[in-house]
Amino acid sequence: MKTLARSMSSAAAILIGFAAVWTGLVVMTYSSTRDIIAEAQQKALESSLNQLVPADRYDNRITDDHVEVVAPEWLGTDQPVTVYRARKNGQPVALFATPTAPDGYSGPIQLLIGVYADGTLAGVRVLAHKETPGLGDYIEEKRSPWILAFAGKSLGDPQPERWKVKKDGGAFDQLTGATITPRAVVRATRKFLEYVQTHREQLFAPAGAAG
Amino acid sequence: MSETGYLKILKDGVWTQNTGFVVLLGLCPLLATSNSVVNGVGMGLATTLALFISNVAISLSRNLVRPEVRIPVFIMVIACVVTAVELAIRGFLPGLYTALGIFIPLIVTNCCVLGRAESFACKHGMLKSGMDGIATGLGMTLALALLGALRESLGQGTLFSQADLLFGEWGKHLTLHLASDYRGFLLAILPPGAFIGLGCLIAVKNVFDARAQRRIKPAVAIAGPREAGA
Repeated sequence: MKTLARSMSSAAAILIGFAAVWTGLVVMTYSSTRDIIAEAQQKALESSLNQLVPADRYDNRITDDHVEVVAPEWLGTDQPVTVYRARKNGQPVALFATPTAPDGYSGPIQLLIGVYADGTLAGVRVLAHKETPGLGDYIEEKRSPWILAFAGKSLGDPQPERWKVKKDGGAFDQLTGATITPRAVVRATRKFLEYVQTHREQLFAPAGAAG
Repeated sequence: MSETGYLKILKDGVWTQNTGFVVLLGLCPLLATSNSVVNGVGMGLATTLALFISNVAISLSRNLVRPEVRIPVFIMVIACVVTAVELAIRGFLPGLYTALGIFIPLIVTNCCVLGRAESFACKHGMLKSGMDGIATGLGMTLALALLGALRESLGQGTLFSQADLLFGEWGKHLTLHLASDYRGFLLAILPPGAFIGLGCLIAVKNVFDARAQRRIKPAVAIAGPREAGA
């Protein structure tokens, strides 16, 4: 019995020793890459925002100027959504957010939408989706220019009742093979524009004031 | 000694015992991330790095580990190595991280990493184990790149699309468009395309090996009839 107990405890000691050493190594890697990762994420965010609004249109650090909003009925998700604001000389230029189109063909579609202060769309991009490859994935910018058609549109152009895909009597093209996907994107974009229109003051309020 | 010479290790890992084509271990990432050459190579290189570090670490600690607890220890080492590799990719190649996503942490569950630890690294020295890790990883990268090339060219008519994820800005010019106005072949991009493509590649490799075997056979016959049965 004694030898069994000894062999068990030595095996346990080996496991504990390895766990301690290797956890330490992971902690070291984490702490030495943390800042690099944060910077890479910030750069990725900035470059995707700059695709919608050119960097020379604003002069603030967008990644530092943001508010969190929770608006499930407008933004398609009950999670908080971060709204980033672009300003020039303190005047609102545009805002960006990542609303969700909850009714995609195979799950929610996460969008990045930029809206200028006058209510026109700077552009729409798809950040994440699970639509069928080759059918519904033409909403991705790298697969087709479809998503670029949103730039410059607003709630008055086309008229609100024409904010639909052509198949439903609206103004937006749909490509062969998938109608549900573009329908979801168009609807989510229209909802976001309506949200920006009705909550403009709150969304552009300087950081801190909005809490 | 000649049994595990460095050249033999390299040849085994890349060709004779290729994890993708022969041993058929670690098929989950192989099938999931082989929809383009760049994704495949990125995943292959991440696996190679993880294999190399875990093999060296396990080889170094092989005299400390008791046989009863070796599997938990190996898994722990592999999980820690993969986590560190994941953090490094997130920091230095964020685009690739976005493309591969969940499959980087899943390298932990790639049986070929544990398989090499169990069958090679815990019995051999550090240098040979490191070599084995690189060779096995390169074999996996080769399998992923070939399958990726097959699926990408059939599926969307390009090669090396999004190479900028791996190589930075200049990679953008690497993309080859094989045919203008190619409509795409959906099956090749979807998961079944991975199974069918892998099957075809294995068949090609077997034909290739059988040819090589036939070329060797006459020489064996001359060497002596005793070898014929082997």
